[in-house]
This record gives sequence, structure tokens and C-alpha cells, in this order.
Amino acid sequence: MSTVLDGLYYSESHEWLKVEGEFGYIGITDYAQHQLGSVVYVDLPEVDDELNQGEEFGAVESVKAASDLLSPISGVVVEINEALEDKPELLNEDAFGNWICKVKISDETELKNLMDAEAYKAICE
Amino acid sequence: MYKYFPHTESDIAEMLGRIGVSSLDDLYAEIPEGIRFDKEYNLKKSMSEDEVRAYFKSLGAQNRPLISFAGGGAYDHYSPAVIGQLISRSEFLTAYTPYQPEISQGTLQYIFEFQSMICELTGMECCNASMYDGATAAAEAMLMAVAHAKKRNKVIVSQTLNERAIAVVETYARFHGVTLECIPEKEGVTDKAVMEQMLAADDVAGVMVSTPNRYGIIEDFTGFADTAHAHKSLFIVYADPSAMAVLKTPGEWGADIACGDGQSLGMPLNFGGPYVGYLAATRDLVRKLPGRIVGATTDVDGKRAFVLTLQAREQHIRRQKANSNICSNQSLMALYVTIYMALMGKQGLREVNEKSYAGAHYLCDKLLATGKFSLCYDKPFLKEFAVNTSLNRDVLMKHLEEKGFLAGTPVSGNENALLFCVTEKRTREEIDNLVSLIEQEG
Amino acid sequence: MKYYNKLIFEISKPGRIGYALPQNDFGNYSLADLPQSLCRETPAELPEVSELDVVRHYTNVSNKNFGVETGFYPLGSCTMKYNPKINEEMASMESFTALHPMQSEESVQGALRLYYELAQALSEISGLAEFTLNPFAGAHGELTGLMLMRQYHIKRGDSKRTKVIVPDSAHGTNPASAAVCGLEIVEVPSTPDGTIDVDKLEPLLDDTIAGIMMTNPNTLGIFEKEIPRIAQLVHGCGGLLYYDGANLNPLLGRCRPGDMGFDIMHINLHKTFSTPHGGGGPGSGPVGVAAVLVDYLPRPRVVKKGDRYAIEGHDDSIGSVSGFFGNFGVMMRAYAYILSLGKENLKHAGELATLNANYVKDSLKDCYYLPIEGICKHEFVFDGLLDKSTGVTTLDIAKRLLDYGYHAPTIYFPLLFHQSIMIEPTETESKETLDEFIEVMRRVAREAIDDPEMVKSAPHVTPVRRLDETTAAKNPILRFRDLNY
Repeated sequence: MSTVLDGLYYSESHEWLKVEGEFGYIGITDYAQHQLGSVVYVDLPEVDDELNQGEEFGAVESVKAASDLLSPISGVVVEINEALEDKPELLNEDAFGNWICKVKISDETELKNLMDAEAYKAICE
Repeated sequence: MYKYFPHTESDIAEMLGRIGVSSLDDLYAEIPEGIRFDKEYNLKKSMSEDEVRAYFKSLGAQNRPLISFAGGGAYDHYSPAVIGQLISRSEFLTAYTPYQPEISQGTLQYIFEFQSMICELTGMECCNASMYDGATAAAEAMLMAVAHAKKRNKVIVSQTLNERAIAVVETYARFHGVTLECIPEKEGVTDKAVMEQMLAADDVAGVMVSTPNRYGIIEDFTGFADTAHAHKSLFIVYADPSAMAVLKTPGEWGADIACGDGQSLGMPLNFGGPYVGYLAATRDLVRKLPGRIVGATTDVDGKRAFVLTLQAREQHIRRQKANSNICSNQSLMALYVTIYMALMGKQGLREVNEKSYAGAHYLCDKLLATGKFSLCYDKPFLKEFAVNTSLNRDVLMKHLEEKGFLAGTPVSGNENALLFCVTEKRTREEIDNLVSLIEQEG
Repeated sequence: MKYYNKLIFEISKPGRIGYALPQNDFGNYSLADLPQSLCRETPAELPEVSELDVVRHYTNVSNKNFGVETGFYPLGSCTMKYNPKINEEMASMESFTALHPMQSEESVQGALRLYYELAQALSEISGLAEFTLNPFAGAHGELTGLMLMRQYHIKRGDSKRTKVIVPDSAHGTNPASAAVCGLEIVEVPSTPDGTIDVDKLEPLLDDTIAGIMMTNPNTLGIFEKEIPRIAQLVHGCGGLLYYDGANLNPLLGRCRPGDMGFDIMHINLHKTFSTPHGGGGPGSGPVGVAAVLVDYLPRPRVVKKGDRYAIEGHDDSIGSVSGFFGNFGVMMRAYAYILSLGKENLKHAGELATLNANYVKDSLKDCYYLPIEGICKHEFVFDGLLDKSTGVTTLDIAKRLLDYGYHAPTIYFPLLFHQSIMIEPTETESKETLDEFIEVMRRVAREAIDDPEMVKSAPHVTPVRRLDETTAAKNPILRFRDLNY
């Protein structure tokens, strides 16, 4: 059974978003890392990349699978989690503790398109 | 019924019984009547082995193998007897892709050796398990550059690249939607000043040049990589791997990607194929390399072993998002050149180039001495050189062909020019004979 | 010989050589005359070994491989049939192998004739007007075929057709080739019986569709019976039909792609026409087209003029997709096969392949889960064991088969099922071979219940055991220089 944290926003493609003021942290859910198995590579976006809600901004690879990362929100990348370059397995160890990138959110109204923890739990069952 | 089919009448009856049908036709009952093929093929009747042999011989008799003074992407280098014997071993020949690494360590190991040796020759840091040929490897290099750049869609290619490679790159570019522009040549080499202008717009994903180039000239790429990198463009060098034993390598020129055809590594001319392309890159680009890649690892007992790796890049996982559609490699041909590189080794490949260089310069000097030839460009060359002739080129080539010589290949776009090539296989006597025949012309 | 685990670099010794070149008698020409700035700075660290070192090394390396001549190789979708020896002998004829690809037409008439005759034979077998043999492999054939499809629309001035329909059961190369060709992919789902859902196909067909890619029989080994209707619908919307010839083998002598309504197809000579797979190539992927498309075929194109053969290329051609004429050596093998079998025997290859597949399927469906019942063609797919309670997966079964001296079937493809095991016996295997394989498959199914841990840790007796693929992908070591000691 995978973990779902309260207080985060979730997308149907299994990304989470944690909002802090005008910024948001994006990661993949515990359910997603379970599905993938051992993560061997994270294709990170670059700082200043413009992300659009629902559009691809990177990918997570395991030995026999690859999953595109779809941005839960529109915004501009202000920081990436460089630790994932050398230690992609951090996503397996703690999917919620290791964000992938930090964005400056450009349109807060898009949050209404995302799920809360309760709704997300339901789709993981 | 036939020697390749082991089924007896009773086998077939018994097997049909297990399936629960009464005839082989019943196995095709679902095919709609309108599209069934119920005639006999309009093909030749079954031939015995001797008849097949005789037929091939009769076709072969309509060919005329020539003493080759031609290059242009297909080189008549010495091919050690060992190779043909070893690659015919059925364990290599009749295996498929090494998807089950536990019983495919043979294939996986030689691919690892191939990758290692190509990296040594080209001075690059990683390499895939091989491509179809040099021309398609160049096309894949272009696709890599565009995929790497993300937002740029233009690649510029030197006009001095082999014309057949350019032709294939053009086809791929047109259908993939890549804007391809040619960097013009100046005195037989890439025009650096124009290249710099073309890069200035900061919209070029990759720059492709070649060494030696289509005229056999060894180009000087001093400053090319820095210029390309200053404009965030990848620097791609198409290089003859045999020549890289002695010439400055793509790695030394600062290339991000190297590609080319491995045919020059002792493979027979084979009327153009099978050959083997290679595609190598810097470590940073490893995940952009298309095709199969073999990596070293260990098994559960800690034993060193090899495995197809980084597979999440490939079509069977990524489907339309893969960075290439390539599925197979040119595996057996990769083995061919791996054994060649092992036999020739550090010393031998140098000697191959030393003797090819000597023969080519000897021929060149003798041709110039006839007074009927002049160098198209007075630039350093290794085993190939382009000359203008005062003779009628096409008549000359035809006459020499009748005498058993392939006297170079025509240089496209110049009806008086010929590209000659001399490998270590050409003897002094053959060259002298060729030149004396030429002296009798016109 | 005991297990050999050295790389060629590890038996190298400075000063040793494995070659002999003729004397250099050209006098005072030396590489030292080249400008130093154009020469490599450090030598390439290639091995230094004797000839016997090389022969012994690669012989030992080969012993760690498994080929069709080693044992049964039921690898689905790959058609691992026997590779006849006469083909190899023909392909090594010096009157062909010594030909330079840029010799004059006049001096290569025999080679051009072989190319032409093989292309003609493939036309007859497939019911299409003309073939190019230039593409190097199946995937390369797909790409070439899709370029032809786009060129057809472009030349008609119909530039908005930028989408191609691909079934969800397709080989991964289909969507990948379409993407390289600049086409957008539209996926059409399968029905529960594994064939294309025609009702879901119909609404997708409009004037943006360039065509559809199909393989028939499909990757489940099922013949798409609705093909006449699909052809009518796709042609009706102005699109073309592309046939992925990976599964052509069972249809030999029974049904032709051209007659089914396909306009473009590729053939894998290394599958249907018995050329060896060579550890992953060289293959050959000839592409055939209907008459309306022949002008678009790639350059060079071999044509017959009177009793001579010539090299051409039409102005409307898509261009070149290969440096020269493709993998000519592979064509020689395929032609030797067609001449050997002749019109009398080609049909038997197809029907015996189908017989073998159905026999294995019906002998095992009481212990492996068969998701789709009915007669298959050359191959079929199980979805893992019937009894799923043991936790033994398809991967475990595949690995256990290696212990018994078999190559594993194709696994985890097609993607329609979670535990796909795709079996293709081919026609060259005898009933006895199949019976032994069936017995072993049943034994593995029993072992999964009696001793699941043993199956899960298989293989046990192969040259190496299960590999650490995660570390290999996380920290790739791709050349000798990067190995740590």
C-alpha cells in the first residue's frame, strides 16, 4: 500500500505539488515510484524552463520502463534537485521527501484542476 | 516433403488431431475467401543445391571484379582469413538479439569490446552497439543533435562530407522536419568563415564535418569545436575509423559526436553491404545515443557480465517518444571489425595507414608526372586524392575497366575530376601497370 | 573448457602482433610528412595479441552464446528458423563479394540481376508491384515505407495528412518509425479477441490521416479477418495501408498483403526468408509498393531495360535511405533460399509454422493462461501461468527454460497483457523437439507450485546468472577504459 500525504495537490499522472507562497515543489508520488520499480535516471528540466500544466517537462526511468513527467502546474523552473542526478534512487527511498523541481507558479487558478489527498487515494486503489 | 521441414505425414495427422482440425487448410479457415491466394506462385521451380550453386555461378560470371583504386566510402583493405572463419561460428551467426543475457554473453561481450575499440579509435567516451552504415549513422547523429537542442531544429553540414552520407541525411531531415543547410566548401575544405556566420544566429543544433573529406583531404578543424560550443551547437565529426589510428581524432578535435562507416576496418567490398556504421559521443550525451548499448555489470554471484543497458531510451519501451526507431544493430559486422581491430591491433592499423599513405602518394606523383593530371586541391591527404585530368575521364575509366582496373570514382559536379584511392593491398606492380596503361591513353 | 571470462584487452601484451602485411616498397613516403597538427596525439590502445590468441578468445566467447544451431529458439515475433548452409556458401562467392559498389553498371550485371530477380520474387509473393531492397532492417523498412506514404500525399498536394494510425498491439518500432518520419501517432484499441476494433477505427478516419500501420497476423498471432473492411474504410478516407511484414511467414502461399489491400509493406528477410540473425543484424528490410507509388521508391533503384540491368532514381523519389544498395550479402542468402524451396515448397513453410504453433498452444493451455482462444497463425501469447498463486512470473519461467537448454520465448510483449509469453516455434522444428519443449514447459509449471523459490532464482546452470541491471543502468560502464579493478 503506497503512502499519500495530506496537504499536497495531486495530478492524475501521479505527480504531487506542494505550494509554498508563490512557489511550488513538484515530485512523483509514492504510488508512481512503486509502479516504476528501481529508478535509474531522472531527466531533470533546466532552470528557467517554462512548464505548462499537463505538459511534459522531464522523465523518470527504471530499467525496463520510462515515464514522462507531466507538470501539475504552469510556471517557470527556479531550482532543480541536483541530488537526483547522482542518486535517482532517492525517489524510491522517499518520493515525497525528494522534490524534482521548484517552480514559480504562474497561474494559481490551475490548482482547481488538481486533486486533494482523498481524491488521489481513490484513484490509486 | 522438403529437407528443411521435418514433418512426416503421420506427424501432421497427429498434430492436427491434437488441435482438433482435420487438415492444414482448416488452419486458414478464417481468411475471407476474397483475399485467399489459391494459385501457385509464379516463381522458379525448386532447385537442388548444385542447381543453386550453378545458378549463382552463372550470375557471378556476369560480374567483373576489378583491381580497385576506388574509395569514396568503400575501401579495399586487407581482410584476415581468421575473421570469416570466426564469424561463421553458428553461436554468433544464428543467435538473435541478446535479450536473455545469461545465454548471450558471447554477443554482449564482443559488443562491449567493439564499443571500447571504437572509443579508442575515435577518442570518444561512449559508443553504441553499431548502426546500419555510415550514412544512416550520420542521419542519426543529426537527429541526436536536434533532440539534444530541444528548441533548435537546424543542422548545418559541410559540403565536403561524403555525398552519399549527405543524401541520406537530407532524406531523414526532410521527413523529420529538420532544416538542413550546407556549409559551402572553399578550396576543397569546409569554409570556416561561412560556418561562423551560419552559427551566429544561435539557432543551429549541430555542425557536421568530415575527415578525411570527400576529396580525401585531411581537414584542419582548429577552432571549430569552440565556435560551435560558443553558439550552444554540437560539433559532429564524420570520420573514417581506419584512418583514426593515425589522424587527429574527433575526440581530439573536440567533437561531441563522432560517426562513420566501419567498412574500412577490413570488411569486404560486398557490393555496398553489409557494412557497419558507428556512432560515438561524449559521456554527457550517452542517454541521447540511439540503439542498443552494452554495459558491464555483475551477476548474483558477483561474476562480471555484460547486459543491454539504458534500454529506457529505446523504441520497445519509449515507442513514439524514443530518440530513434532503430531496433537492431549490425551485430555480426560489429563482430567482424572487432576481430579485425584485435588482429591488427595498435601496431597493425598504423602500418595499414603507413602503407596506404605511401602507395597513394606514389600513385599521385606518378600520375602528375604523366602531365595528364593535376591535383584538384593541394592539401594533405592520406589514402585518397582528387585529380583533374586532361583526358576524357569517362572514356579513360571505361578503357581501364576493360583492362581490369577500377580507376577511381568520378567526383560529382566536376566532369574532369577523379577520386583515386590506394590501400595497403595495392602493389607497386599494380600501380605501375595502371599508370603505364594511362600513359598509352589519348 | 572451464568458464572463460577475459576481455581481449586483458590478454594483450605490448609488442605482440596478429597480422602480416606485404612489404612497403614505395620508397620515401612517410606519414611523418603530414603536418603534426593533423595527426593523433596519443595512440589508440587497441589490443596486442597473436593470431591464436584471437582465435581462441573468440571461440571461447562464442561458447557463451546460444543460437538456432545450439537449440530450440521459440522467440515470438522473431521467426528463428533454421538458416540453411547453402545460403552461406552462396553469399561468400567472390564474384560478388569483391565488387565495389561504385563500379560501372556494365561490370556488375550479375549483381544487379540478382537484386532485380529477388525483388521480382518478393513482388510475386506479396502481390505488390515493385520492391526496393535498400533498407537495412525491418525498422528501416518501416521508416522508408512511411516516407513513401508521406511522399504520396505530398506529391498529390495533400499536405495536411500528418497522422498515422497504429494498433495498441503493434511492435514498438511502428510508432517510433512514424515519429522519426514526422508523423503523429493515433492509437486504435484492440477488441477482447485481440484484433483491431473497427468500430473505434472508423471515427478516427478523416482527411488528416496519412494511413494505418498493421501487421497481419497481428502480434498475438491472430489473423485480422476484418482486413477487407479496414482496407475499404482507410482507402475511403484517402489513406494508405502499411503492412509490417514481421509476421509474413505463416501466410506464404496462402494470402498476399497486396491482395488484402495493403499499399506498402516491408519484409524481414532475416525472418521469413531464413537469413541468419547474426546476434542482432545484419538484417534486410525490403519495401514493396503498389503501382501508384513506384516513382517514389528510394535511390538507387534497379530496373531492367531489355536484357540489361540499370541503376536509376526518379525525380519524385523520396531520396536515398542507404549509402549504396542495402545489405546485399543478406539478399544473396534470401535468394538462395527462395530458389532452393521454389514455388512448390514455400507454401509448406507457412502452413507448418502455423501447425507447430497451434500444436504447442493446444498442448499447454491447461497449465498456462491462454487469453485468446481459437486457431492462431505462426505464434501465440500466454498470459503467464494458469495458477497465479505461486508468485512465479513470466520472467521466472523464461529464466528457468534457460536451465533446460532452451532459448526463452519473447516475454512482456505484446503489452496488452501483464505476463505475456509469446511463442513462435517456426516450421523447421520437428514434432519430437516440440514434444520435449512441451514436457519441459509443463515441468516448469509444476516446479512453480512445488518449489517456487527455485524457479524465482533461475537460471542456475547458465554461464552467468541473473544480472544486476539496475546498477548497469544507473552507472553505465560502456568501455574497457571505464572498468574498475
